[in-house]
Order: sequence, then structure tokens, then C-alpha cells
Amino acid sequence: MKNRKLRSIYTGFKDSQLTPEVAFWDRRSFIKSLGYSALAGAGQSSLNTFASEAAAIDYSTTEPLSSEYVVTHHNNFYEFSTSKSKPAELATNFNPSNDWKVSISGLVEKPGEYTLDDILKWTNVEERIYRLRCVEGWSMVIPWSGFQLSDLINKVKPTNNAKFVEFKTLKSRSVFPGQKRGALGFSVLSWPYREGLRMDEAMNPLAFIATGVYGKRLPGQNGAPLRLVVPWKYGFKSIKSIVSIRFLDQRPSNTWHKSAPREYGFYANVNPNVDHPRWSQANERRITDESFFGVKRIPTQMFNGYSEHVASLYKGMDLTLEY
Amino acid sequence: MNVKLAKIVAHLLCWLPLGYLVVAVSTRNLGADPQERVMHLLGYWGLLFLLLGLAITPVRRLFKVSWLFQYRRMLGLYAAFYLLLHITTFTLFYLNLNLSELWKETIQRPYISVGMLGFMLIIPLVLTSTKTMQKRLGRNWAKLHRLVYVIAVLGIIHFVWQSKADLNEPLSYALVLIVLLGVRIYWYLRKRK
Repeated sequence: MKNRKLRSIYTGFKDSQLTPEVAFWDRRSFIKSLGYSALAGAGQSSLNTFASEAAAIDYSTTEPLSSEYVVTHHNNFYEFSTSKSKPAELATNFNPSNDWKVSISGLVEKPGEYTLDDILKWTNVEERIYRLRCVEGWSMVIPWSGFQLSDLINKVKPTNNAKFVEFKTLKSRSVFPGQKRGALGFSVLSWPYREGLRMDEAMNPLAFIATGVYGKRLPGQNGAPLRLVVPWKYGFKSIKSIVSIRFLDQRPSNTWHKSAPREYGFYANVNPNVDHPRWSQANERRITDESFFGVKRIPTQMFNGYSEHVASLYKGMDLTLEY
Repeated sequence: MNVKLAKIVAHLLCWLPLGYLVVAVSTRNLGADPQERVMHLLGYWGLLFLLLGLAITPVRRLFKVSWLFQYRRMLGLYAAFYLLLHITTFTLFYLNLNLSELWKETIQRPYISVGMLGFMLIIPLVLTSTKTMQKRLGRNWAKLHRLVYVIAVLGIIHFVWQSKADLNEPLSYALVLIVLLGVRIYWYLRKRK
């Protein structure tokens, strides 16, 4: 019970709204449990939450989830390490609280330093089960909890001149050992990690800020305490441990694009027809669990299967050039 | 130590990495994507055996340990063995055993082309590794087996090229290879003078 209370503080869930892990596997019981909480709560706020969660279900996939172990032990978080298993070990002491500060700046009516607590008060926390496709060719199905990015953006009111949003990850060598130079003096990437979205992409209802995963608060290795999730784009767009959100009139640079412009673009939309220069993107290896045969090769879908929601954003664009 | 016994121990040491993989796979100790880990480790050990084989001659000359020589062929053959397994796992897990796709990947992806070329060049060396073949080829045997320098360079290029951002590890291997080839060039130039 105590643990549950703690969790609910972190994720912004009320006790009665927390879905037990097993329920994730069964959409019906998931809906039922929400229905139960709406009836039992009978209050205005829980009815609102129910409405928003019911709407959210349209965005969630019904594919089998990747296990909690693989979701939390297979992380590309170069701030900790370039190894995918190391972030889980190195992030054990990285447990930011809800006092974590996010700077909101640029072309916006309400700039300022906000804590995660402030932000959670403006938004409706809900659960979304999204596919995640890494540019390296593997994929997972992940039950996130968090809020729609548009909720946050609407609250801080960007001006009409704002055409892009830029995100930055925390830069701190004491927190992130991977930001130090390596044995031969090479920096892995230029820090802090940066990402960006076009304003209409950021306002798309699929664009999500996760504060939790698998019904628990987001672990350090998954980008605690808040991270972007843009499921129709390659995973590197979904920037972790955000400390800055800036509204701009020009397209910001993003870290991987700066590091290798021929290999990683600004848009980075999942696209089976446009190969990475060094490997094919036509298929992906879906990681379901950590057993030796827990990985299966499946075809990759256009926009990672989210075409109906996002294809219109890129009408008239040559996606082989704007990769 | 008895030479035969020493060789048995050396063989066992060479099988150790594979033994580790079998145990690690069955105890689920290879992280969330064991297939990828297995493929990477096999390639990594293939390169390591190749570099160890290339280290025999310089170490033998510098430290006057002539008995080391008997292990050179063994290391080369184990390198070929681990690299064969490396390519097999790639074909199996990444391409679902689709050989036409293997061909496509090999010609389309430069880092795979380079690695595959390196592996192709190992095959004649494996086939001519026996004592009989050595005798039959005579002086040409040594010439042919100089291909190992090319193979090692191709292997290192493949390793550096496939890495995404962190070049520290692959370039450390490249440095080792540069030293191993560098001493040979130095000795060669000195001999000519």
C-alpha cells in the first residue's frame, strides 16, 4: 500500500486508477478497471480522467507487450553508456524527484522554470501502449504513462511565431558518466543531447510526455523523470530526462543529425522504404522478452503503423530527402 | 610442460568463449537482446583471435620464445571458426536464413561487404593450413598467407564502420593492429638497408 502511494505520487495516478501489471495484458480488464474507478470515485475529476483515458485507448496498440525486464534493461541512453545493458546498472542512483526543474523559454507567453509537480497539475495523466522502433532495427511495445505534449504546450501558450520546439537533456558529468570523454579522448556525442519537433508534430495527439512505464514511475535508464515519446519516429527523437523546452521560429539542430547528417535526419520518421545508409529499415526485430527466442523479425510499417494519425503532417514532402 | 598437454590446454582455452556463450544463453545472462549480443561477441572474438595470431611473430622475436610458433595456426583456425559462427548468427537471426537477402546486404552495405570480403579471404587460408598443403605450395604458401594482413585490416574496418558513435573501443583494436603491422614494416625496412 505504501509503495502504491509512493507510485501514485510519482506518476500522478490516484490509487484507484493504478492498473495492476497483469491487467496490461488484457484490454478488457484494463477498461473494466477504469470503469470501476470512475463509478467508485463518482467525482468530477475521476470522470474527467475516465473520459480522457477512454479517448486515449484509440492510440494504444493491442499487440503483446515487451516484458518489463527488456523495457528497463535494453536502453540506448548514451549519457550513461553506449552499452544497452549498462544504463540499468548505472542509473540506480538517478532517481530525480518531482522537484526536477524544466525551463520553458523562447517564443512563449508563460516562460519560466517549472517543476515536474507544476507540470503534472496542468495535465491529465493517462496510459498509452505504443510501439517503439529504434533506428538500429529493433522494436518494442511499451505501456507508458504520462500526458499529451499538447496539454503542456497549450498551458504555456507559444506565440504565433513559434514554429518549432527544441528539447534538451540534462548535462551533468556527475550524473551521467557517459558524458565524459572515452579512453582515446573521443566524446561519444556533443552534450547536452538535443531534439526538436515541428510545432504541428508537437501538437499531434500522439506526441506524449512519459513520466512512468509499466504503471511505475519512470526508471532512470528510461529517461526519468520525464521524456518525450513520439512513436511514429525513430527512438532517438524521444529525448530523455528533459530539462529544457524552447519554442523557436527556426528549425533547431538535433544531436544525431549533427553527429552524422547523412545517416540521421531531423524528421527521422519510421520509413521502411528509406534505408539507413548502412543498413536496411524494411524489417525490424521485435523484442518481446529476454529469452533467446524472444526476438522475432517482422516487417516495419510506414510511420511505425501510425499513418492514419500523422501521414497528413508530411503531405507533399519528399521523405527520401527529408529523412 | 608436455607439448601435447599444453596443446590440449590451449584448445580448451579457445573453446572457453563458446562455452561461456552456451552457459550465458541458457541462464539468460546476455541482456534483453541475447541474439544480438551473441552475434557481436562472436565477431569480437574472431577479431581477437586474429590479432592474437598476428602477435605471435613479434612476441616470439622480441622475447625469444620460439615455442609460441606452434600456436599460430591454431589461433588462425579458431579465428575462422568464430567468424563463421558470427556470420551464421547474422544470417539466422537478422535475415531468417534468407541467402538472397544475405547477398543483397553484402553488396548494399559497405561495412558488410568489407567484413564478408575479409571472411572470403580466410577460406583459402583455412584450406591450405595443413602441413601437406604447406609442403605442396612451398614458397608460395608464405606468400598466400600474407593475406592475413589484408584480412585483419578488413576486419578492423568492418568493426569501426559498424559502430554508431563510440569509436573508443574499435579504434583501440585498430591501434593494436597498427602496432602489429608497424613492427613488421619496421623490420622489413631495416632488413632492406
